[in-house]
Amino acid sequence: MSIKINILTKSLWAYHAATSPCNNCDIEILDVFTPRHDVERFGIVLAGSVRHADVLVVTGVPNFKTKERLKKLYAQAARPCFVVAVGGCACGRIMFRDSYNSPCAVDEVIPVDVYIPGCPPKPEAIIAGIVKLIDKIKGKK
Amino acid sequence: MITEKIKTRLKEQILDWLEHNPKRIYISVAPKDTRLITDYLFKDLGFRFATASGLDTPSGFEILYHFSFDKEGVVVSLKVLLKDKNNPQIDSLATLFPAAEWIEREMWEMLGINFVGHPNLTRLLLAEEWPEGKYPLRHEHSEEEGHGHAH
Amino acid sequence: MSHKVVIPIGPYHPLQEEPEFFRLYVEGEKVVDIDIVIGYMHRGIEELSEHKHYDQVAFLVERICGICSTSHPFAYVNAVEDLGKIQVPERALYIRTIIAELERIHSHLLWLGLAGHFIGYNTVWMWAWRYREPVLDLFETISGNRNHYAMMKVGGVRRDIRDEDIPIIRKTLDELTSATEMFKGAVMDDPVIQWRLKGVGILTRQQALEWSAVGPTARASGINIDVRRDDPYGAYDRVKWNVIIQKEGDIFAKTVVRILELFESISIIRQCLDAMPKGPIDADVQEIPPGEGIGRVEAPRGECFHYVRSDGTNRPVRHKIRAPSYMNVATNKVAAPGGTISDAALTLAAVDPCYCCTERTAVIERPSEKKIMNGWDLIEKSRQKTKHFLITRGK
Repeated sequence: MSIKINILTKSLWAYHAATSPCNNCDIEILDVFTPRHDVERFGIVLAGSVRHADVLVVTGVPNFKTKERLKKLYAQAARPCFVVAVGGCACGRIMFRDSYNSPCAVDEVIPVDVYIPGCPPKPEAIIAGIVKLIDKIKGKK
Repeated sequence: MITEKIKTRLKEQILDWLEHNPKRIYISVAPKDTRLITDYLFKDLGFRFATASGLDTPSGFEILYHFSFDKEGVVVSLKVLLKDKNNPQIDSLATLFPAAEWIEREMWEMLGINFVGHPNLTRLLLAEEWPEGKYPLRHEHSEEEGHGHAH
Repeated sequence: MSHKVVIPIGPYHPLQEEPEFFRLYVEGEKVVDIDIVIGYMHRGIEELSEHKHYDQVAFLVERICGICSTSHPFAYVNAVEDLGKIQVPERALYIRTIIAELERIHSHLLWLGLAGHFIGYNTVWMWAWRYREPVLDLFETISGNRNHYAMMKVGGVRRDIRDEDIPIIRKTLDELTSATEMFKGAVMDDPVIQWRLKGVGILTRQQALEWSAVGPTARASGINIDVRRDDPYGAYDRVKWNVIIQKEGDIFAKTVVRILELFESISIIRQCLDAMPKGPIDADVQEIPPGEGIGRVEAPRGECFHYVRSDGTNRPVRHKIRAPSYMNVATNKVAAPGGTISDAALTLAAVDPCYCCTERTAVIERPSEKKIMNGWDLIEKSRQKTKHFLITRGK
């Protein structure tokens, strides 16, 4: 493993993009940073701009307005950029599949590395997903 | 009682008075009278504008202007029927009170109802690239699309 | 130095919930106008609702907002019960009230935390969210999920509150009371917070009336409205509590309203636990007759309004939903101009919208010179002002 990747796994910076969610996943993601769960222990912090981030955390089902923005965000990110889809909507559109304003799922817009399903996923599930992402980066199965 | 006051004052404008229960009142009025009546309710009687619902019905587009009188907990809904389905239009209320601005924009883009005199009739919720002349809340549209009323 | 500069805020933001897009027009430091562009969250729920039957709609409207995830179903079932003149069992009314008030507590704590974060008091953020956790645990105990509790159904509630859970609820409420007392002292008596929030982002009573503001935003501007008292639903007419009113209309008044409402909520839940009768939790609803109904609920952010029309089938013909932020976010159009850029982030957040603070904030001076101002810079600006007060007035 290259030294760059090794360092990356020790301090993942996350950027949080809400593409038309119901806020709940977003709140649970923020919850992961507050004292009960506190993932800053592991070097994970929220970045203010996608240009500083290693991980793009996506919630919600993209609509016509956010779809293009999501594409742009991903294009702006420095490589390597890993994408985590949080919540049922981001993973598979669930009940918004039939909506006139939901053209596609997140993985039809940008490639997704880790899916964390749940409505909303518990903070513990989000942390478990991040651990899986780190394992994936390290090349473990 | 506020309802008695409305009844006597607007005797001539009221086409139909439906009292679902003492706190939920539906009044049918003609489209040309809406500005006059809403002005009276909002400015003179101190009603709060809650919202408006636009409906696509077989006999035309229906708009319900919901007003709330918080001192008595009464919701008065003014019902207006726009019979011309090809060219539905009504006077805008946004110039009377700004609270109506967004909901009129929303009804304009969702149902295609034209609000005459609205200061800024542009898209509110739908994306810029949404096709012109396609209205999500019109019923014939959703049946064409196939995911309409079949379930 | 009086040419207009445009600062776009949003639509992506590191902290708040909904992506919304604001365009600030500034002259120097002063905000002169603001454009609000929404629609980044539009999922067509009103139309989807016309294709689901009455039981499914409750789950759908729950997912309008993750923070008000009981207010929307509550307003919806109120509307359907108004439509069908359905009598709800007494115990169900109390359970609904308890859930709605627990939600108000967690929502207000959430807002308090974010507001603290924006003025540079991260301690307030961490504290508020730490004390919010036990409330979410209560939801998990009662309903099985931390959010999206799925408690509301037409004619009653889906789950009962078990007798063995009641002591746990009471214990959490006791802890919350002392935590809220601490917050009241820490936030309301803090001179720095007072300097920072008083007189900022004022929404006058007249403006609030014209824009038909609702909830804490209206109550902080001296308008005495609260659906819980004006048009009682649930068990609110069976318990005693006060409507909190402030006159100033600034951000401090909004903060005070929310903090004091926490105490009222705790007191309402305690009274409900005492008075809750035994009995069924669900009326057997056979069918929904043709007609129309209106349901209103005082959500943490204000009046939540649902209109349902039925034609006698198992699906609504039309379901109009008006969330409180729809009225409140629009008030920024008058509340933000006149302030400085460093106050704008706060003013927009003060109505507790699902406001958006910024990611890609670009200060465009002239078409040729673009300065990219990161989203954090705006928060940073707000924090610098707090620091400035600390230095100049703190001594």
